[in-house]
Amino acid sequence: MNALKNMKKTTRSNLITYGIVVVFYVVVQALTVGGVLNNSMKGMLVPICTYVVLAISLNLTVGILGELSLGHAGFMSVGAFSGAVFWVVTGSEMPSALGLALSMLIGGVVAGVFGFLIGIPVLRLRGDYLAIVTLAFGEIIKNVLNTVYLGLDSNGFHFSIKDSASMGLAPDGDVIINGAIGISGMKKASTFLAGIILILITLFVILNLINSRAGRAIMSIRDNRIAAEATGINVTKYKLMAFIISAVFAGMAGVLYALNFSALAAKKFDYNTSILVLVFVVLGGIGNIRGSMIAATVLYVLPELLRGVADYRMLVYAIVLIVMMIFNQSPQIVAWRAQMAERIAANPKFRKLAARFQKNGPQGEKGEA
Amino acid sequence: MALLEVTNLGIAFGGLQAVAQLDMRMEKGQLYGLIGPNGAGKTTVFNMLTGVYRPTEGDIILDGKNITGQQPAKINQEGIARTFQNIRLFDQMSVLDNVKIGLHNQVKYSLWTGIFRLPGFREKERQMNKQAMQLLKIFDLDKEADLPASSLPYGKQRKLEIARALATNPKLLLLDEPAAGMNPNETEELMNTIKAVRDRFDLAILLIEHDMNFVMGICEYIYVLDYGRVIAQGTGESIRNNPKVIAAYLGGD
Amino acid sequence: MEFISYLINGISLGSVYAIIALGYTMVYGIAKMLNFAHGDVIMVGSYIVFISVNQMGIPPVVAILLSMALCTVLGLAIERFAYKPLRGASSLAVLITAIGVSYLLQNLALLIWGSDPKNFTSVVDIPALDLHLAGGKIVVSSETVITIVTAAIIMVGLSLFVNHTKLGHAMLAVSEDKGAAQLMGVNVNSTIALTFAIGSALAAVAGVLLCSAYPSLTPTTGAMPGIKAFTAAVFGGIGSIPGAMLGGVLLGIIEIMSKAYVSTQLADAIVFAVLIIVLLVRPTGLLGKPMNEKV
Repeated sequence: MNALKNMKKTTRSNLITYGIVVVFYVVVQALTVGGVLNNSMKGMLVPICTYVVLAISLNLTVGILGELSLGHAGFMSVGAFSGAVFWVVTGSEMPSALGLALSMLIGGVVAGVFGFLIGIPVLRLRGDYLAIVTLAFGEIIKNVLNTVYLGLDSNGFHFSIKDSASMGLAPDGDVIINGAIGISGMKKASTFLAGIILILITLFVILNLINSRAGRAIMSIRDNRIAAEATGINVTKYKLMAFIISAVFAGMAGVLYALNFSALAAKKFDYNTSILVLVFVVLGGIGNIRGSMIAATVLYVLPELLRGVADYRMLVYAIVLIVMMIFNQSPQIVAWRAQMAERIAANPKFRKLAARFQKNGPQGEKGEA
Repeated sequence: MALLEVTNLGIAFGGLQAVAQLDMRMEKGQLYGLIGPNGAGKTTVFNMLTGVYRPTEGDIILDGKNITGQQPAKINQEGIARTFQNIRLFDQMSVLDNVKIGLHNQVKYSLWTGIFRLPGFREKERQMNKQAMQLLKIFDLDKEADLPASSLPYGKQRKLEIARALATNPKLLLLDEPAAGMNPNETEELMNTIKAVRDRFDLAILLIEHDMNFVMGICEYIYVLDYGRVIAQGTGESIRNNPKVIAAYLGGD
Repeated sequence: MEFISYLINGISLGSVYAIIALGYTMVYGIAKMLNFAHGDVIMVGSYIVFISVNQMGIPPVVAILLSMALCTVLGLAIERFAYKPLRGASSLAVLITAIGVSYLLQNLALLIWGSDPKNFTSVVDIPALDLHLAGGKIVVSSETVITIVTAAIIMVGLSLFVNHTKLGHAMLAVSEDKGAAQLMGVNVNSTIALTFAIGSALAAVAGVLLCSAYPSLTPTTGAMPGIKAFTAAVFGGIGSIPGAMLGGVLLGIIEIMSKAYVSTQLADAIVFAVLIIVLLVRPTGLLGKPMNEKV
């Protein structure tokens, strides 16, 4: 009985999460039609979707599996490049919606393969060691992509890691990836709607995963690896599973991002990008998927909103970050807040208010570290 | 043939021989005790039986199959489940989910069935919930099914660990100090529960316990370990009067 | 001959990494946190020396001492206001806060000094100290000599301090077991603060040496060397002082050799690849103590 009720509760919570995405889309569309959104705001829509997908997928690794990854941008990067190469080569032969979908598929698969290859060695390590090695892999991917030259002529693909001339392209050939310059002159294919659809797919897969047999196995590893093993859970298999799924969506987000611009360079996907996404995840609540979504959106838009204070905006962002962490995580402050809440709750004037707050209180507390 | 046959089992850490020449035989339907002074190597024996440590010598044969040196997860799938001296629950997950993890290899469906909610998902989940609730009921935990495991009081956490271990459908259940930190009433209640488990499930139980009344009260056969070696074994009565055992506990030589 | 001079350059760069890595490793050992902002303290220290020498005409030695003093204050302030409130919080929370501090320092530097690279004139260029080896075939610049000697002195001094003074023993005790150290009468808070102070002062020294070798100074100058030094600390075995030294020097040599013989662009990739391989073979680094989880 209880169990059934519990299941309904998670289903309802998941529906609310999907609902938020749909409402966001509708509101933005309305604002666009109403002419409220200016061009710079419209330009932010696809990147917002990208970062939302990145944050949700990273939360699978950090919040659900419980391993700190600092290399998410690496998966984004390989996805972006493989998808973009496919798009550049075949884009002229199909409608852009189909091209985008196929590119995403390819980007996701390639990123997933990298997730598998990197996951096998990395997931043997623990804690901070795992973090630094994922960071190292991310940087390796960036550096290697920076030296890749890829071209296409009537004889097929040509490849070099020296320079574009040494590929020996025929005169009719085109350089696709030009080393550190990357890919340029791409046709744009990403749209806000595509981004929203990708978010919904990501949510669907990850939320359903969490509430299934495999998801429970993954969370059991997070909560107590030794007990999980003793309970018959194949730890390596489920760690890899989470890591690969996380990589697949990072790759797809990478394609969404890449095909939103005409140029793509590997240096965009450095450890700062990984860290930025991690910040979204942590501030949204570790393990809290809806929180990741909201944090990614707000924190991506925040620096733009702060344009009024131009030069100071990143400074303000940094301060907001530090203050929020201390406010939410400092043991003393958390205790003090609980004390204050109690005192307020004891006051009859606030009793009504407090009761209401408790009922609608923050969701997903269980994931809080 | 015995359910579990341990022959000449030993492990050395560096130069230190923690356990040596251990022989044990266990049959289904029986309750065994493993006692000994602190540091005698009791938990080390558990860790070898469950694959946490790889023995440096000897064999562990479960139900006719040599499982020596297998990975912990594999050993659990072969039929040995355990609890831990320092409770190890899946803290952030619900009480129900803790037991459902135990059912992981009992009720199976694929990753894709889970993600795409294919036919079978609902049925299998319902089956898991039912079995898990039955187990929780045995330990009087069914009312707490939806609470996070970490919110349970200490005694109930110990019980939940046993319920989770039982969910893996073991042939041999290892309990590491199940009564630690319990008051006399809780201990009494736990004794009855463990007996009931032994009667109701088709398994053998081996438990480590410091509470002598507890061990003498429910174990049919007792192994006494000191400095990594079995110094005595037999029924409670024979152990109680064994001068070697008395010496080991009193620290004489 | 070429090889020898590359090797010396590698040791020199590695010595800088080692000094930075010492700060990382000590803080990690004691506070169990990745102080992501450590690299940015280096940058701040470099700007202080630059401003003092180039704009205020203060003698380099005084400037370096000033920079060490100010970086110490900065390190203490960061610890007091950003990290101390989070003692006992999850390590992820502390890490994110450290990232916040890193952003803060970089953006403060951007506001104060702008984004144009400053041309850092070497303050440790003393031609009299240039070494001419192998009959003048190899010239080792005074910067290199001073860098290596400084690193060696710091290493020896720090080892002596940690192993032979009361404060040093307190640091070891806190890194071993905070609770037990407190029970034994060690003031944990001041020991942690002391560690930050030492680490930050060393960061100032590292900044001077780094910018003397690579003179372009920007608000992000400290970031990459910081990451690499942290890598070096992990490489050598985090928490271990000789490990940080060894890891730093090896990393410097690998980086310079890769640049010389493989590819400039792939040098960083090779450095990180070596780190990964080492960790897979020895999960706690070259000199790290093996960790065993008690079951």
